[in-house]
Amino acid sequence: MKARVTVSLKPGVLDPQGRAIHHALEGLGFGQVADVRVGKVIELDVADGTTEAEVGEMARKLLANMVIENFRVELA
Amino acid sequence: MKTAVVVFPGSNCDRDLMVALERVTGQAPLALWHDTSSLPEGLDLIALPGGFSHGDYLRSGAIAARAPIMREVVTAAGRGTPVLGICNGFQVLTETGLLPGALMRNAGLDFVCRDVRLEVVTTATPFTRAYAPGEIIGIPVAHHDGNFQADAETLDRLEQQGQVAFRYAEPVNGSARDIAGVVNDRRNVLGLMPHPERVVEAAHGGTDGRKLFESLLMILA
Repeated sequence: MKARVTVSLKPGVLDPQGRAIHHALEGLGFGQVADVRVGKVIELDVADGTTEAEVGEMARKLLANMVIENFRVELA
Repeated sequence: MKTAVVVFPGSNCDRDLMVALERVTGQAPLALWHDTSSLPEGLDLIALPGGFSHGDYLRSGAIAARAPIMREVVTAAGRGTPVLGICNGFQVLTETGLLPGALMRNAGLDFVCRDVRLEVVTTATPFTRAYAPGEIIGIPVAHHDGNFQADAETLDRLEQQGQVAFRYAEPVNGSARDIAGVVNDRRNVLGLMPHPERVVEAAHGGTDGRKLFESLLMILA
């Protein structure tokens, strides 16, 4: 089975990459963009029966840095 | 003085750090590979070098922080052993939780590699006592992820408790409150982005980093 962990910056944490992408989008004429935040998606191939709590523990211990990031787990 | 330098896959300042430590202490440091799960007895300093451990994959320092040796380093720090992290070593220390905050991508998105001016904010640490309070020193930086960030409450606490060891005296990477180096609340763990080991001998073009290592000698003397 697959688990997907989406890691995103906490609100309020400065995101220089998001800001640069925002400027580039504006340069391409996409004036409707108010803000851009960059995160990452980590896809895990895990044993059947793996729980959301177990994947959450992986995220807290390694995949996300809880000082600056939040995460969301989806199992499929 | 018995010192050790931890080497991770992708460390690249370990040799410079070992040479600097040997020059200042007169004794060659031990090199400890990251998958060692015990530390030698009686270490007076554990140093984590700069570089790109594990290719900076996931986050700078994140994978190195989970190496077997780091459990021992955290334990030793808890017993009061001085621990120094330079550049990638600082990133590793924040990832272990030994130091607060996180080091994010530089605000200008560029890799910054040049000499910068730093203010020595506090001399009340084992790493800075050979400097004068407020002294301005020149130390090179070379990093892409040196933008120190923490929540406002943590930043206030670091400033109030005198845990900010070094501040940039010029714009460098967007770090909150210009913080270049911090110590833990017990003051035996220092992380800094600039590279003091690169300015230890006259041939380096400067010697302003030397006092950091000499400070440690003063403690042990």
